[in-house]
Amino acid sequence: MIADLDQRRAVGPEIHGAAPTGDLAELWENHQLDLKLVNPPNRRKFKVIVVGTGLAGAGAAATLSELGYQVEAFTFHDAPRRAHSVAAQGGINAAKGYKADGDSVERFFRDTVKGGDFRAREADAYRLSELSVRVIDHMTAQGVPFAREYGGGIATRSFGGVQVSRTFYARGQTGQQLQIAGSQQLLKEVGAGRLTLHTRTEMLDLIVSEGRAVGIVVRDLVTGEIRPVTAHAVVLATGGYGNAYFKSTLAKSSNVSATWRAHKRGALFANPCYVQFHPTSLPLNSEWQSKVTLMSESLRNDGRVWVPKEPGDTRPPNEIPEEERDYYLERLYPSFGNLAPRDISSRAAKAQLDAGKGVGPLRNGVYLDFSDAIARLGRKTIEDRYSNLFELYIDATGEDPWTEPMRIAPGPHFVMGGLWTDYDGMSSIPGLFVGGEASFNYHGANRLGANSLLSASVDGWFVLPWTVPNYLAPQLGTDPLPEDHPDVQATVRDVREQIDALLSVGGTRGPDYFHKELGDLLWDHVGVERNGHSLAKGADAIRDLREEFWRDVRVVGHGQQLNQELERAGRVADFLEMGELMALDALDREESAGAHFRTEYQTEEGEAQRDDEHWASTSAWAPAGPDGRPVRRSEPLTFERIALATRSYK
Amino acid sequence: MDLTLRIWRQPRHDTPGDFVSYQVTGVPEEASFLEMLDLLNEQLSERGEEPVVFESDCREGICGTCGLMIDGRPHGPWGNTATCQLHMRAYADGDEITIEPWRATGFPVIKDLAVDRSAFDRIIEAGGYISTPTGAAPDANLIPVDKATADRAFEAAACIGCGACVAACPNGAAQLFAGAKVAQLNMLPQGQPERYQRAANVVDTMEAFFGSCTNHGECQAACPKDISIDFIAWLNRDYRKAKLSGRQAG
Ligand SMILES: Cc1cc2nc3c(=O)[nH]c(=O)nc-3n(C[C@H](O)[C@H](O)[C@H](O)COP(=O)(O)OP(=O)(O)OC[C@H]3O[C@@H](n4cnc5c(N)ncnc54)[C@H](O)[C@@H]3O)c2cc1C
Ligand code: SF4
Ligand code: FES
Repeated sequence: MIADLDQRRAVGPEIHGAAPTGDLAELWENHQLDLKLVNPPNRRKFKVIVVGTGLAGAGAAATLSELGYQVEAFTFHDAPRRAHSVAAQGGINAAKGYKADGDSVERFFRDTVKGGDFRAREADAYRLSELSVRVIDHMTAQGVPFAREYGGGIATRSFGGVQVSRTFYARGQTGQQLQIAGSQQLLKEVGAGRLTLHTRTEMLDLIVSEGRAVGIVVRDLVTGEIRPVTAHAVVLATGGYGNAYFKSTLAKSSNVSATWRAHKRGALFANPCYVQFHPTSLPLNSEWQSKVTLMSESLRNDGRVWVPKEPGDTRPPNEIPEEERDYYLERLYPSFGNLAPRDISSRAAKAQLDAGKGVGPLRNGVYLDFSDAIARLGRKTIEDRYSNLFELYIDATGEDPWTEPMRIAPGPHFVMGGLWTDYDGMSSIPGLFVGGEASFNYHGANRLGANSLLSASVDGWFVLPWTVPNYLAPQLGTDPLPEDHPDVQATVRDVREQIDALLSVGGTRGPDYFHKELGDLLWDHVGVERNGHSLAKGADAIRDLREEFWRDVRVVGHGQQLNQELERAGRVADFLEMGELMALDALDREESAGAHFRTEYQTEEGEAQRDDEHWASTSAWAPAGPDGRPVRRSEPLTFERIALATRSYK
Repeated sequence: MDLTLRIWRQPRHDTPGDFVSYQVTGVPEEASFLEMLDLLNEQLSERGEEPVVFESDCREGICGTCGLMIDGRPHGPWGNTATCQLHMRAYADGDEITIEPWRATGFPVIKDLAVDRSAFDRIIEAGGYISTPTGAAPDANLIPVDKATADRAFEAAACIGCGACVAACPNGAAQLFAGAKVAQLNMLPQGQPERYQRAANVVDTMEAFFGSCTNHGECQAACPKDISIDFIAWLNRDYRKAKLSGRQAG
């Protein structure tokens, strides 16, 4: 154990996810019978706030509104369609078994738990698999143009980490198609006058009164107005925090503020250190680059990954003869080859880079080569499958993947961590529900490709609309808190004070400077591989950086206007707090699991070495107490349906 | 490279705006156009001047947030790319570039280069959806869609809602955006029950915000997703049928 771990964190009592017990296959159905219902005429009497209009938020808001609840939806974007879900490329999984390739709800469930390296709740993962089927039905009915076979049925393909074909897709724009359909359902409710939508409005705090979530404080991004909104329940569907790394595959404005501020009000934050690095990102071209571009992992279905056998080989790829290439994924993982799961592929790539075999001008990538596939299947087929991805690559790099291999590298992409929730999607603050990437369940320590569009959709369309009413039902006859209530006013005051504080530092560096520095620290210390000493150093460096931020940040302009610097400064301030917890969680978890790879804990073959005896659990962090130490609580995980086993993709 | 930028600055929607010239220095050729503007903003902010407001998010050409009029062309010189995908290798040292917001009555300027495109959402609210309550859908494969139709629907659905079509149109019309949405839904079997109602409601709402289409075709040329003007014909045909059969917007 790192000597000063106890000075850095405290350990609190266990926590439990309240998942019902019994046969997993019947759990959700039985549980639905136990969930309380609200009579249709009474539903108008309840107000629910939904923050976020991505797949999770749009689904929850539209469905709750259809059911008859008063819904107010919020997004900082200018339109609901722009939520980051729109950028997902590859596809969405479902256990439809349309291909007669042995797929089933059970197999999908097992793949998810195993892919997550046994760090997810079995009951939640099972429900994900079970409801996947309905998501495809629902999205198809909405007019999502999924790829079709000639016979008119829906086509599927296989995706990283599995051996069946269960990924539904719409060319390389699956997220876009699902997201646009979801926001259309949301707007349909707005048009019908049943739902109120606030665009360009950012949630800056959660209002908690007598231990319950009763509202939020928002800032109108155009006028700068700050105001409270109260309700019977609050749903956060605000996406993931991968942008903590600054250069990530996420959209520029994705941020952690909504969930982080809820955490500061007491909501437990689960597994902050579980970050997935995507193996098919584009390598950075230089240090001024503003983000990492993702190339869909579906490319690995037909592309072969390789590096030169000799370190420091600077020949152009087409001049390196076949026998001097190392197709290392095919060599190391013969049964999965180029489709090995993301964490494994990213780590394998990092090992090649560390061995000096990186390619490209900055020697920071590996090749993804389509020449065999083009020769075998013809250019037309490859065009049908990936034309927009190839165009994206050409635009971004000016290089032509038809004639020379693409270059790819691991990039921060998805966070499995998020606010802790119980089986009902409710956080540790009653009345605060969380869905989509903002929450933590389902994916354990590593997410399977195409499982996240699914989890966001499942939460939004098929879980929260059942569980939120269960919380509302007993509150019949109560009103949302009045705006002049002292707890509401106190939260509004806190938000104003923070904005004033940011505006009045009067330092010399813009928020992006600190964000980039934080990103570099996280990449170095809480990256693809971690180790105890480096994590401790990283945590300290992040703390120092945060102090420097509050001494030296410069925010030009004032708060009563559209001020993007101010928006960024607030988000960076939260990332700087979050980043330290990411490092602390990684330091605390003395094992390797999935994407969390501690170099001290590996097998002889260099694979992640779990410690099931001590760490078969979810870490759920409470905010720091008066002594400044965050408190780690644990939810024990038990595996009844599927035996704990070491993952092997050999 | 060093560049001269003429940028539209406008503090608020209700105050007048004007072009301001800026020198931006040390722009790497590999940078994207928006990274070049990031650099400018960094240089402005260092001097204590207010950075230029421009919007972007995914920076991968898919969210539709970005969108600038660059030397009079929506999304700049490349064609079939969104502003965020334009790279500085399109320019040379010493170039002067004029950057404006979208200009259209339907898209009021909010500040500098940011405009309000919420009228697009009003169009969707009016009919850009298929009514399908959650939980009511049959098995997805019970609704076969032939591959050609599915592919065509996808092409219409690829619209990113950026608004370049409106900005390019001399009349500020939104036919390409609306046509693409209506065509996507109206050609699929799932969209048939609401087909004519949808066309009528979408067109009536569109006309309340945007100018009328006189077939200039500038929209398709400006569209980063190469949405075809053939979809406008779909919209017109279904709209005419709707009106002939006496379906009222509602
Ligand atoms: C490039 C890329 C490709 C991907 N491809 C795939 C894929 O092929 N398959 C797959 O399964 N997954 C994929 N993923 C992951 C997946 O897209 C996301 O995990 C998922 O879409 C998240 O959806 P969400 O609804 O939780 O959040 P988001 O879609 O991120 O939505 C967040 C919403 O919250 C709002 N919001 C956030 N904070 C606030 C605030 N403070 N106030 C107001 N509003 C706020 C935003 O405006 C937005 O509306 C990909 C991710 C990336 C980055
Ligand atoms: S039709 Fe083309 S130009 Fe118009 S909003 Fe859609 S993508 Fe943009
Ligand atoms: S920023 Fe998303 S399309 Fe340009």
